[in-house]
Amino acid sequence: MITHVENPVVEVHDLTVSYHKKPVLWGVDFTLPQGALVGILGPNGAGKSTLIKTIMGLIPHSSGFSKLFGKELSEVRNRVSYVPQRESVDWDFPASAYDVVLMGRYGKLGLFNRPRKADKEMAMNCLEKVGMADFAHRQIAQLSGGQQQRVFLARALAQDADLYFMDEPFAGVDASTEAILMDILKSMVTRGKTVAVVHHDLQSVKEYFSWVLLLNMRLVASGKTEEVFQEELLQRTFGGKLTLLSKMSELVHKNEFPVRES
Amino acid sequence: METIVRFFSLQDPNVRYVVLGMLLLSVSTAVIGTFSLLRKKALAGDAVSHAVLPGVCLSFLISGQKEIWSLMAGAFVSGLLSLWCVQYISKHSKLKEDASIGIVLSVFFGLGVVLLTFIQHQGNASQSGLDAFLFGKAAVLMPSDVWVMSIVAVVMLFMVYAFYKEFTLFSFDPGFAQSIGLPVQRLEYILTALMVMSIVMGIQTVGVVLMSAMLITPAAIARFWTNQLFRMLILSVVFSMIASVAGAYISFLAPNMPTGPWIVVVLSGMALLSFLVAPQRGIVWKWWQARILKRKTAEENVLKAMYQLGEKENSFQETYTLEDIFSRRAYATVYTSRILQRLHHQGYVIWEQGEAQLTAEGIRKGSLITRRHRLWETYLTQVVNIAPDHVHDDAESMEHLITEELEKKLLEQLKDPSLDPHQSEIPPIN
Ligand SMILES: Nc1ncnc2c1ncn2[C@@H]1O[C@H](COP(=O)(O)OP(=O)(O)OP(=O)(O)O)[C@@H](O)[C@H]1O
Ligand SMILES: [Mg+2]
Repeated sequence: MITHVENPVVEVHDLTVSYHKKPVLWGVDFTLPQGALVGILGPNGAGKSTLIKTIMGLIPHSSGFSKLFGKELSEVRNRVSYVPQRESVDWDFPASAYDVVLMGRYGKLGLFNRPRKADKEMAMNCLEKVGMADFAHRQIAQLSGGQQQRVFLARALAQDADLYFMDEPFAGVDASTEAILMDILKSMVTRGKTVAVVHHDLQSVKEYFSWVLLLNMRLVASGKTEEVFQEELLQRTFGGKLTLLSKMSELVHKNEFPVRES
Repeated sequence: METIVRFFSLQDPNVRYVVLGMLLLSVSTAVIGTFSLLRKKALAGDAVSHAVLPGVCLSFLISGQKEIWSLMAGAFVSGLLSLWCVQYISKHSKLKEDASIGIVLSVFFGLGVVLLTFIQHQGNASQSGLDAFLFGKAAVLMPSDVWVMSIVAVVMLFMVYAFYKEFTLFSFDPGFAQSIGLPVQRLEYILTALMVMSIVMGIQTVGVVLMSAMLITPAAIARFWTNQLFRMLILSVVFSMIASVAGAYISFLAPNMPTGPWIVVVLSGMALLSFLVAPQRGIVWKWWQARILKRKTAEENVLKAMYQLGEKENSFQETYTLEDIFSRRAYATVYTSRILQRLHHQGYVIWEQGEAQLTAEGIRKGSLITRRHRLWETYLTQVVNIAPDHVHDDAESMEHLITEELEKKLLEQLKDPSLDPHQSEIPPIN
């Protein structure tokens, strides 16, 4: 069940992604409308992170394409922001929360230029928005998991983009922090930004998201929450392993069989 | 003594070259080493430093002479080749990166030692000194070497200056760096090339065996002392300079001493020292902080005891003997009299001839601690819902930690209470 939209902000067409020739995403095809707050749902290993990374150009894909704002990624980089999973970096790095948020401005600065006063103010503002102003100059290792997550969100805010991809921004975050972060995301979409979030807690989906992607190695469904978030589709996404698809994937891997002719 | 003067006055031109060379080398290796450490490339650095040996030997065999540029070129090529092998093996086999580094390192180094032995048995007159490449000899530095080193140092500093924010972001979060469009592949090449270059620079004076220590250790030491990248860079350069000049000096005193091991010994000493005393991370620092807190706690407890005695008698002007104070708490005598002496010096207490009396300042402080103690007890019972007979011990330690700001918040939240859970009066702020 895949709902397509006119003038999509994100258009993914027949995307197949493999690690070491082993496909982990098969023929993914969807479009996202502007101003949507999108939940990307699926079991562990479903390829949620992989999908985001591929759209952000961090992983090469075997076939298909993705377009953002109807253009190639390289043309619109400044309008797109990516928030990696928190565990993907070493938090013992010698930097303060403020330093990390300032990194959100680097994309707009270009080579050789140092952050200007406006950039610094912006970074401070964003820290304030996520309620971390008091921790601005604290070494990032001395922040709790939830605070680190807020720092990452502040860095994304500092990018001042129109489209956001966030990989599990609520992982390891307590309920009240989640509510704060969620308020921020909601206010972003009301300002016309599009936010796609990898999410694990099915309880809160209806309350949080206006659009839902159900993913499990292939796209099960994409559409408005009320249409897509229903028993049968969830069952197909989460219930039972896709034994056949995983087996095929292994076979392809073993025989080094090309997924598509090209 | 005489040698110290001769060495550090830099009158001897040879000494001058050596010192200058070592300083330049320190700058290059410490700066790039900091980024290598942060990018978790310490092991790769070790592989490269061992792997340059066959390159040096081969280029000597081909050219037949010890000419700096060709030796360096040989070293550079075999260093890069080793990294390429590491990448290739970990990508195309089941071996993890650390295992492939181990393999490449030993194969290249083994080959290098074989070639070196072969050269020495050849009896080529100009080969003398080639074995210094194993453990390094600072005394071999020639003016031409120093030139090369200064070029490398300048290139290094320029690159780090120009790409500071790119290198930083790439080291911290490569995925994000790529997502904002930084040319991460090129940054990787640049950082790798700079690392190999600085290693190649150092092999004559420090030797291939220990060169990676010179690359990584100063940065690791610097990390102990700061949480800020820029300061870490500066500190690691300073530590590296101290160690390398010290190493050069020792091998100058005893010409048979290789330089590299001495540099490493000095670096290790500094690392150990940092481990002990560095702020926040060092164990001596932690111990010292704990001691300060303990002292403060003991002093405040005595003030509190005297204040509470005064409360009982409704007068804070009384004088008390040690026994009186003991009636409120159990301390060893010597400690209490020592604490009273300190309080006397701080102006909280007048302690004369075995009698102690609170000063005005002391009364204020005593009431402050008592207030915080009782506030915390009230908070625990009223807000956290802990039984009143369970809260005393916790308040005993918290009263010393509560800051003015926290106290204000407590007062606000509890709406200026007047009695604590044990029905004692909470002294008001005066
Ligand atoms: N670097 C990699 N090399 C090889 N296989 C990988 C790599 N990263 C992920 N995979 C595989 O790709 C599949 C999808 O992984 P991905 O990280 O996208 O899942 P996910 O949906 O984000 O899971 P999670 O909920 O656990 O974060 C998994 O089967 C995983 O084993
Ligand atoms: Mg994931």
